[in-house]
Amino acid sequence: MSVTDPSKTDLGFSDPDPQRGGPLGRLPSIVLPIASVLIAFAVGGLLIWLQGVNPFYAYWVMFSTALGTPEGLLRVMEKSTPLILTGLAVTVGLRAGLFNIGAQGQLLAGAIGAAWAGYAFTMPLAFHIPFAMAFGMLCGAAWASIAGVLRAYRSVSEVITTIMLNSIAIALVDYLASKPFKEPDQPISRTPEIAETAALPNFGAIPTGFVLAILVALFFGWFLMRTTSGFRFNTVGLNSNAARYAGISVKRTIILAMAVSGALAGLGGAIETLGVTGRFEPAFNAGLGFDGITIALLARANPIAAIPAAILVGTLRSGAAALQFETGIEPEVVDVILALTLLFVAAPIVGRFLFRKRNIKTTRVTSGWGS
Amino acid sequence: MNARWAYILGGFIIAGIIVSYAMDANRTESVLSFSLRYAVPLILAAMVGIICERSGVINIGIEGQMLMSAFAGFFGAALTGNLIAGAMIGVGTGMIMGAFLAVGSVTWKMDQIIAGTIINILATGLTSFFYAQGYVLPGVMPTVAVPLLKDIPLLGPVLFNNGLYTYAAILIAVILWVLLFKTIWGLRTRSVGEKPSASDTSGINVPRTRFINVTLAGGIAGLAGAYLAIEAAGTFERGFTAGRGFTALAIMIFGAWNPLGAMFAAIFFGLTQGVASQLQSDAVFEIPPQFVNMLPYVLTIVLLAAVSGRVSPPAAVGKPYEKD
Repeated sequence: MSVTDPSKTDLGFSDPDPQRGGPLGRLPSIVLPIASVLIAFAVGGLLIWLQGVNPFYAYWVMFSTALGTPEGLLRVMEKSTPLILTGLAVTVGLRAGLFNIGAQGQLLAGAIGAAWAGYAFTMPLAFHIPFAMAFGMLCGAAWASIAGVLRAYRSVSEVITTIMLNSIAIALVDYLASKPFKEPDQPISRTPEIAETAALPNFGAIPTGFVLAILVALFFGWFLMRTTSGFRFNTVGLNSNAARYAGISVKRTIILAMAVSGALAGLGGAIETLGVTGRFEPAFNAGLGFDGITIALLARANPIAAIPAAILVGTLRSGAAALQFETGIEPEVVDVILALTLLFVAAPIVGRFLFRKRNIKTTRVTSGWGS
Repeated sequence: MNARWAYILGGFIIAGIIVSYAMDANRTESVLSFSLRYAVPLILAAMVGIICERSGVINIGIEGQMLMSAFAGFFGAALTGNLIAGAMIGVGTGMIMGAFLAVGSVTWKMDQIIAGTIINILATGLTSFFYAQGYVLPGVMPTVAVPLLKDIPLLGPVLFNNGLYTYAAILIAVILWVLLFKTIWGLRTRSVGEKPSASDTSGINVPRTRFINVTLAGGIAGLAGAYLAIEAAGTFERGFTAGRGFTALAIMIFGAWNPLGAMFAAIFFGLTQGVASQLQSDAVFEIPPQFVNMLPYVLTIVLLAAVSGRVSPPAAVGKPYEKD
């Protein structure tokens, strides 16, 4: 058993490579994501051009409406908040060798959990906000733990279970919002509005949730690089056999990592409910889809780099509506741009072309399949 | 799954069907026909998984391959005005998507799960962007009744009065079983998936075998997508493969990577759906519709949890082949 068994989990990023060293040697790890984004924008621009719209104008519309006005900036920050957190959720999973595709479902669990905790209780402000937020996180963690426990004790691939749990969560929250948690005497299915004591305030023009998400990202940057628990996550992710030899409980680490990952996504949903929407309505949190995966891979599983990656995605997402309004281009063009970004950043196409390097390290997560 | 349990379960199911047929023949036939139609894309998609994994490549991108082919198949059929042409376009698109996975996982030696996930996300993005409303199919595919056999009670109307896709799915499963276990191609494929270094030593070109198999399997995913759009739904909607590609992977595992096992597992899966929706439409129990909708996903997880550890995947699955 060699220490770097390539079939296990070789993340291939984030940790300083002793052979490279120096700022110039590390350049590719920053250049590659940026190049990928630019090439994806170019291809997206081509699609826009094929639809008869000047791509420069289209991008200008997107970015100027998203970033050029105070309301636009507020929208970008609100949109980016759950994206930072789901990006972190995927990142934490990747570090422990888990591919959590279920951030969407965990976010929904957190969003409806926080909504319930927000409307069903009366307590002072100082307790209500942390309580509702913690409850949302707990719901997300519990939802993700189903996949974590099945992976640890039954070796069931978390890739399949988390994606199935997404679909189950969508149906489940739809049921909860239409029956047990439904606002009475209302034609639409949605929960009652949260109590005023549970509503997250804004810091002037900046939503508290956005600040919180950035603090959480910074915390995880420190946690994964500098603490023993973070080291355990990384070790299990890099080589679970080595981790076992070193006396780390692989099962416990997997369950913990999955729960933390789910709690992060759940927090994203809780902030959305408490700070933006004020209640849970099934249509609100739809369509987050796979953005967390794109963000985590764009950030190369670095928690701090997830912040700019999420803001970029949030900007595109909030500019898409204006794009459709101004030019008639379908907002789904953003999905194509993001998918292409993911393709270029995760497949060694751009790396080979830009650096003329044959052995570009690519992300690895494959582990414990099937049996 | 343990073969004995499979036989016991199968016995119970057959007994249940016969009892139900004796009580209400029409309703039993309609439930069984529904189940079989529900199983068709799952059978096909599970075959994709089996071919790929038996060759040592995880295909988590079946969902995206199906979605892309459903899209191309539907619009192909609508624009050419020919359903068969649509199906061919679907199969061709599936093969291109298969080749995409082959390039990523075999040529570039990417992580296979990430390569598959990229396919899923890319397919979702592209089909959503190019989706257009207002197209209709030029007609419906005829059902083909097999003479004589169609007159057998119960089996006749269920098995021998179907669309071409249904016959194709069953035929593909049977042929694949023969190919995998009785031919040289099958032996080579399985050896590449179990012990590629030994295959290499005995003169088999491991990357080429994997590349060809993964690409051809994509064609079957294309057929599954074409079925969904052209035959089952008669339309295309955004994201309408609805997780079937992942369910098919669970079915593949439940069937122990054996084409016939997976085919029966898929039919069993369809049967649970048929019974659930019949119970709901008869209003036997007060089941909220959301719970009926989540049933296939819950069942997928339950199946996986139940069989894991009892079956083992091909030994080299998920590992890019590196010559030592």
